[in-house]
Amino acid sequence: MTARRSITFAFAVLLVVCLLGQAATVHRLDQMRPEKTLEEVLYVPSAKVLQRLSLGYNGLLADIYWTRAVQYFGTRLSSRTKSTRYDLLYPLLDITTDLDRNLIPAYEFGASFLTQTPPLGAGQADNAVKLLKKGVAANPEQWRLYFDLGFVYYLNLKDYAAAADAFRQAGSMPGGNPNVLPMAAASAQLGGDPRVARALWQLTYDQASQDLVRKNAQAHVRSMDLDDAVPYLESKVAQFRAQHGRNPAGWMEMARAGVLPGVPKDPAGDFYRLTADGHVLVQHPDKFPFATRGIPDTE
Amino acid sequence: MPAIEILQLEKTYSVGHLRKSKRVALKPFLLTVEEGEVFGYLGPNGAGKTTTLKLLMGLIAPTGGSARILGRDWRDPEMKRDIGFLPEQPYFYDYLTAEELLAYYAQLSGVAAGDIPQRIARVLDRVGMTANARVQLRKFSKGMLQRIGVAQAIIHDPKLVFLDEPMSGLDPMGRLEVRDLIQSLKDEGKTVFFSTHILSDAETLCDRVAVLNQGELRAVGVVADLTAEVGGKVEVVWQGAKAKPAIEALGGECHTTANLVRAVLAEKQLDPAIDAIRRAQERLISVTPVRATLEDYFLQKLGGGSKVIAGEVKA
Amino acid sequence: MSARIRHIAFNTFREAVRDRVLYNLVFFAVLMAGASILLGQISIDIERQVVVNLGLSAVSLFGVVIAIFIGIGLVAKEIERRTLYTVLARPVRRWEFIVGKFLGLVGTLVVNTFFMALGVFAALLYVARHFERGDLSVAVALYFIVLEFVVITALALLFSSFSSPLLSAVLTFALFIVGTFAEDLRGFAAMTHGAVRGIVTVMAYLMPNFAALNVISQSAHQQPIAGSLILYNTVYAVLYAGAALAGAVLIFERRNLK
Repeated sequence: MTARRSITFAFAVLLVVCLLGQAATVHRLDQMRPEKTLEEVLYVPSAKVLQRLSLGYNGLLADIYWTRAVQYFGTRLSSRTKSTRYDLLYPLLDITTDLDRNLIPAYEFGASFLTQTPPLGAGQADNAVKLLKKGVAANPEQWRLYFDLGFVYYLNLKDYAAAADAFRQAGSMPGGNPNVLPMAAASAQLGGDPRVARALWQLTYDQASQDLVRKNAQAHVRSMDLDDAVPYLESKVAQFRAQHGRNPAGWMEMARAGVLPGVPKDPAGDFYRLTADGHVLVQHPDKFPFATRGIPDTE
Repeated sequence: MPAIEILQLEKTYSVGHLRKSKRVALKPFLLTVEEGEVFGYLGPNGAGKTTTLKLLMGLIAPTGGSARILGRDWRDPEMKRDIGFLPEQPYFYDYLTAEELLAYYAQLSGVAAGDIPQRIARVLDRVGMTANARVQLRKFSKGMLQRIGVAQAIIHDPKLVFLDEPMSGLDPMGRLEVRDLIQSLKDEGKTVFFSTHILSDAETLCDRVAVLNQGELRAVGVVADLTAEVGGKVEVVWQGAKAKPAIEALGGECHTTANLVRAVLAEKQLDPAIDAIRRAQERLISVTPVRATLEDYFLQKLGGGSKVIAGEVKA
Repeated sequence: MSARIRHIAFNTFREAVRDRVLYNLVFFAVLMAGASILLGQISIDIERQVVVNLGLSAVSLFGVVIAIFIGIGLVAKEIERRTLYTVLARPVRRWEFIVGKFLGLVGTLVVNTFFMALGVFAALLYVARHFERGDLSVAVALYFIVLEFVVITALALLFSSFSSPLLSAVLTFALFIVGTFAEDLRGFAAMTHGAVRGIVTVMAYLMPNFAALNVISQSAHQQPIAGSLILYNTVYAVLYAGAALAGAVLIFERRNLK
């Protein structure tokens, strides 16, 4: 009788120990091979083969690949991890869109993050164009994809004629977005002007549906605004210095001196820092990943 | 030391999925079987005989009570080296040959590897299956399986053997062989506990019997004592047919051969029967006492709920 | 104690063999031979990869099917056919029965995989003409596949201890699929919040994990496989199978046989 109870006890303990142990081991295994499952996408011979192997469940498989991509890159983009495997991004998006040609978010994600340079992107603008051309071919009624294509042509490849063409199509197709048409004209005439770039980022922010893409666009807009604001503010500091012979102690002093109408706020809504030697810096540089002015280390 | 002690074992089943109702398979009872006995466990189907055996073998758990086998707790695995079990309608691994099956079981029961081949040969001889040693069990008839069943129950030379309906599926020759085997087991000093509903086997073989009906133990004792409770019968033989109706009215079934009539009656009907024959002026040939059988016991004692047909108890 | 387990294991192996399980090797041999000959004819420059990918995938698939089909019946069949009665009337402990059955089926799969491995290496030799150091990864991949079998067998046995063969087959197969995507499941769990996160995380860690055990693609490309991965995978398989077997024992100990 006690023998029976001790067997039950022994195996119950064994059950708990093994369950906890295997969970810990799995955790360790995950840490040891963070991208291994994603890496297999590099070994897939072709999407066609994969499609056959998925026995008709290619939609589901596309969803799985897409989710893996978002999960992996999403977390790493937010934290700007240096060791991100961007070499996997294009193959992942390519396979995903081969398995499911209508997975629009995958194309949009590629437009933003294949083009940007590391650590915020793969730095592969040509691949982005390839991906978007594929998307446009399979989804001719999606004006967003034409917009993204024009976007890449304009900002990364500096092909203003091709960009204008793409924007025109995005704006004028049935169901298209007329707000894009000015971009077509702007690309053709003002190619290279930063105002056009800012307008494109703003438009991306307005119409993007994915959180990551929108946040990215917002960061660009803010960074560009910061790059405009800082020289202006520093010129005001110089103006104060010329009038009073020393650098201002703070923004309030500049406001009272009539140099500025009030205490300025940066594009993210925080107050600027005024250094002793007259430089203007932002409090949270990580909100402006693309800015070249107002960032502490670069000044 | 008693071989088996059943101490208020009981088993109740909950039936049904949503609204559970209870079905009592076995009511608590006390029973002791001594070493060296051949003990018969009798009762109609559904009485609880197989349930009792499954409880003792540890195949099902009791809802109450306990048991001791060979002085040890009935769940003690080491005790099982000394017991053998033949279940009702046994199934064995049909992909094994008779030899392989017996070897496997012998190994599991802890028989030393070196002893196994001889034991197999001896036991196969004992149950008359030597010719089929190398035949796969899937080719065996029911009778052959039954013999192998007995063989596996004794291959490891246990002190106590449990047999659930050992005669079932056997032709009269086979049944005789099993009876002889049980007797020889007894001669070896083993205890045999077997359940059956063939009463004549119990009468000839058993030292004691227990009678079970509808989950309840109704009687335990030596056969002679039980039948004595029921009272004797007499067989009356006479010549002529005229007395038949009168005899039948007294409860005797008449069988006529040529012009001799045989009838079996209760002892107390003897005098009225002889009177009836004399009144019919027919010639009385013989009066012979007939011992009461377990059949009579069943009919009388268990009455409602069981019938006896051709020497077997049916529920 | 160990003698009884050994005997039960051997008998389980014998049953599988007499059930003609090993005939699957014939199909496998035909498959590998056919593929090799075909590849020898067309020159596509990736013969090695195809042989390894095809061969190892077939080993894995055949083995999983065998593990499930036999595993689900290990206990259920014995209860159904009542062959268990005469076994449990002997000094065999119920837990010994479970462990013995498990080892018997795993042993069958190891033997089966061994012969299949010979087939894969033979085909590889045929198309590649010689072995290279990188081919050692194929042996590691095969070892991992055996670890996969260990986990699946334990799961099939767990289900067999309390449910019908059909239901066990469905559940085990479902867990096999889930286990292939277990990594994704854990990833999803990390993306949820609050109470849902707790529940999903627990579920995700209860599932079997086959992603780490699948190095078929890597071995096809002759990539080396880290020793630490071999160690942790082994530990994982042993622990997970141990948990499933412990569960099976706890259930079976309590089971009333009909």
